[in-house]
Amino acid sequence: MLPLSAIFLFAATEKLLSLSPVDILVIALYFAMVLGIGFYLKRFTKTGEDFFLAGRDMTAWIAGLSFVSANLGALELMGWAGSAYQYGILATHWYWIGAIPAMLFLGIVMMPFYYISRTHSVPGYLKLRFGEPSRALSAVTFGFMTVLMSGINMYSMALVMEIVLGWDIHFSIWVSSLTVAAYVFLGGLLSAIFNEVLQFFLIWLGALVISILGLVEAGGWTGMVHRIAERWPGQDYTHLWSDLGSFSSNPMGIHWTGIVLGLGFVISFGYWTTDFLVVQRVLSAKDLRSAKMAPIIGSVFKMAVPFIVILPGLLALAVLPERLVGESHAAAGVHTYNEVLPLMLARYCGPGLLGLGITALIAGFMSGMAGNVSAFATVWTYDIYRALIIKDADDRHYLSVGRWCTILGVLVSIGTAYLVMQFASIMDYVQALFSFFIAPLFGTVLLGMLWKRATPAGGFWGLLVGTVSSIAMWLWVYLDHSALRYVALSPRAKDMAENVYRALWSWIICVIVTVVVSILSKPKPQHELVNLVYGATDIPSEGKLAFYQRPIFWAVVVCAIFVVLNIMFW
Amino acid sequence: MHGAHGRFSIWFFIGVLLTLYGVIILATGLYEIASPPAHPVVLYRLHASVWWGALLLVIGLIYLIRFFPREQ
Repeated sequence: MLPLSAIFLFAATEKLLSLSPVDILVIALYFAMVLGIGFYLKRFTKTGEDFFLAGRDMTAWIAGLSFVSANLGALELMGWAGSAYQYGILATHWYWIGAIPAMLFLGIVMMPFYYISRTHSVPGYLKLRFGEPSRALSAVTFGFMTVLMSGINMYSMALVMEIVLGWDIHFSIWVSSLTVAAYVFLGGLLSAIFNEVLQFFLIWLGALVISILGLVEAGGWTGMVHRIAERWPGQDYTHLWSDLGSFSSNPMGIHWTGIVLGLGFVISFGYWTTDFLVVQRVLSAKDLRSAKMAPIIGSVFKMAVPFIVILPGLLALAVLPERLVGESHAAAGVHTYNEVLPLMLARYCGPGLLGLGITALIAGFMSGMAGNVSAFATVWTYDIYRALIIKDADDRHYLSVGRWCTILGVLVSIGTAYLVMQFASIMDYVQALFSFFIAPLFGTVLLGMLWKRATPAGGFWGLLVGTVSSIAMWLWVYLDHSALRYVALSPRAKDMAENVYRALWSWIICVIVTVVVSILSKPKPQHELVNLVYGATDIPSEGKLAFYQRPIFWAVVVCAIFVVLNIMFW
Repeated sequence: MHGAHGRFSIWFFIGVLLTLYGVIILATGLYEIASPPAHPVVLYRLHASVWWGALLLVIGLIYLIRFFPREQ
């Protein structure tokens, strides 16, 4: 989930960093390794199951790291570090309450239905549960959203590389995207997952050094808090919850109800449990227990990500001599919020370490893009091409289509990137896509899994009306800004708050329509619900496992740590 | 050690890359001690490249040795 502020236009003209030959060598080795892995894994990708679901033989650790890495894009890193500088520790909500409960819910409650139904994708599950119309609707919207996001991320990343390193924007777009296309084309999801795990290590090892050195310079956490209080009097940057009692008492312009219900429930649960980009990684697990453990393992690392993303933003508030500004105030020689991570990198990292830090950013970008491309290829091949165009071809044919869809997805993404280059205002509306498509989808999938009475008509109409209502609310505020007081409950609400509340309303509308239409329509017979819905699915018992081998035990442990962390930084 | 279906483990690839990075960054850090840069970074006196490079090298070697492809 990318903050709008992450997508930015720089006015600065000089580059921030200069790379030495050692840094170039570090980056070149990374590219050689990811391509080498792609070529090596091609021989193990012989069937559709291998290409689209990595042969379903990933361990819980690999699936879990891949699950969290696919979400850890470069703009995610840079955007949230910038948000931390702007909003303080409030940005951590997007990593904790905006992720952890949903990831645990996916692992414990929803994964059994995804896994036991043997679906290839989230739209595939909707086909089994609600029929072809629901699948077609969600597949088309997912495909559209995925390539659009991929192209916008690609353009934004190329723009970052141009500003930070002085690299030509076309060079960045083509080299990085063709590298991703090559290794996903060769090894499919298997290759994407291998590289995502590698990228996960690089992201952490490249970014962690900034936090450690920053804490040393600031005098630890306590020293950092004192420095921030001295330099920014009257503003609270280091408390998570205590300023959320009203819309006006915090820089984000959001109330705690928006954080808990809109972000913590609808947006977070929608993204982590129904966005196929991340769910696909878990479906590659070798058995049900691994599939349940993968999101729980991922949640531990997600909970730690603020240490390499939010903390550098806070440290910048404490140690950077200059004051960064918002994008609208950008000017030559003045740095913006979103440049905080490269600035901190330049502050502490000499040759070699700088190359590692830049490699971390490139790795983040490529892992996010590979996630988009591999998910797009799967949904296009299985849920659009096989469902609507060529229905009875053999596995080899669909494998071939999947490979070429990878190239197609990358080319469409590149086209989108160039489109955005011409019409930069498109980027302002991207974040709204999540509330358009993901929030209602969560309502449909949740009712599909937990309520036997939900019918195919209810599922389809709930999804359609939820999506249309979200778009309508967006248009309403776009055409009449005073409508913000109704949609976001406050005329002061910022974009982020508006997205959160719009997602909440569209989810509620989806659920209400699904329930009403289901009650008025004929239910599916019990035998057609087997392995798809709670109460009709025989979930294997974990009674034989020791307590420390059970996913629920580790989910409770993670939950306890999550609560303690929120209290510590209250 | 081979992973599933006789293929190299992902951890082996990670070991290779981290070992290479460890050697490069450690060597660069040692060179900087011998020949200090004209414009040092903040906290240069801590020689982050040396200890971070050494850390990468140790982690890389652990993964490399533990998951080196062997006949089973």
